[in-house]
Amino acid sequence: MPVPILKQGDFLIATVQSALSDREVLQFQDDLAERVGSFRSRGVILDVTALDMMDSFVSRAFRSMALMAKLKGAETVIVGIQPEVAFALVQLGLTLEGVNTALDLEEGLAFLRSLTRRRTDGR
Amino acid sequence: MGDEVRVPIVYDTDIVAARSEGRRMALELGFSRTDATLLATAISEVARNILIHAREGIITISSSLNDEIAEIVVVATDEGPGIQDVEMALRDGYSSSGGLGLGLPGVRRLMDEFRINSEDGKGTEVSMTMWRRQ
Ligand SMILES: Nc1ncnc2c1ncn2[C@@H]1O[C@H](COP(=O)(O)OP(=O)(O)OP(=O)(O)O)[C@@H](O)[C@H]1O
Ligand SMILES: [Mg+2]
Repeated sequence: MPVPILKQGDFLIATVQSALSDREVLQFQDDLAERVGSFRSRGVILDVTALDMMDSFVSRAFRSMALMAKLKGAETVIVGIQPEVAFALVQLGLTLEGVNTALDLEEGLAFLRSLTRRRTDGR
Repeated sequence: MGDEVRVPIVYDTDIVAARSEGRRMALELGFSRTDATLLATAISEVARNILIHAREGIITISSSLNDEIAEIVVVATDEGPGIQDVEMALRDGYSSSGGLGLGLPGVRRLMDEFRINSEDGKGTEVSMTMWRRQ
């Protein structure tokens, strides 16, 4: 599997290890959808620290992964987008609209915890 | 000083190869990490356009350096169906294949110079340049 997906409590942590080919991106998309469903996860962290660029294909895939997870009841946070990668994305004309982002894994986890806590409180 | 690399684009893994070559050459030439990333992103877009719209093609990346200017030229050529209306293809949001239609207009913003030569039915050549004053 190109992108290991680890279960940590209610959350899944997917860490991209290196540049992904299109096929690997699609594989990752399927794997994640399957895991979110089978573990009934509440949150997903997508760690892209290792990615040295994001083009329209991969950012579109990440956006639809976040949407798919949401339909299954899990909130997604993308963490570790490098500043120059974010800059290139903006120049390209893309925004990760509707997708949560956080600086790093720790911040992403804190964000997910605050979300799920709020939801549980509201019940 | 100069260098030239040709990357055939036939499989999706070739997209990764082409953009890594571009990044490597940009860094070797002394471009910043940000510029190398802009270049890699642009190469990725035109390489995927070859794969999706023309099935296969070639990307040539050449670098040159003199006292004043460091320059990287990328030429993406294919013998696919060509682009009927280049003006239209360069418009944000135009796609013939259900894409976002961001690729080409985005690439134009990422690079310093950008040109498309295409004849309907006879393939496409996209050439683009990034240069920095020394
Ligand atoms: N190498 C090519 N051969 C033939 N047609 C092309 C080629 N590159 C681009 N085109 C045409 O130009 C249009 C616009 O290209 P562009 O990259 O902007 O968008 P896209 O590839 O359709 O979508 P996106 O890049 O957002 O996924 C394409 O839909 C296609 O019709
Ligand atoms: Mg495209």
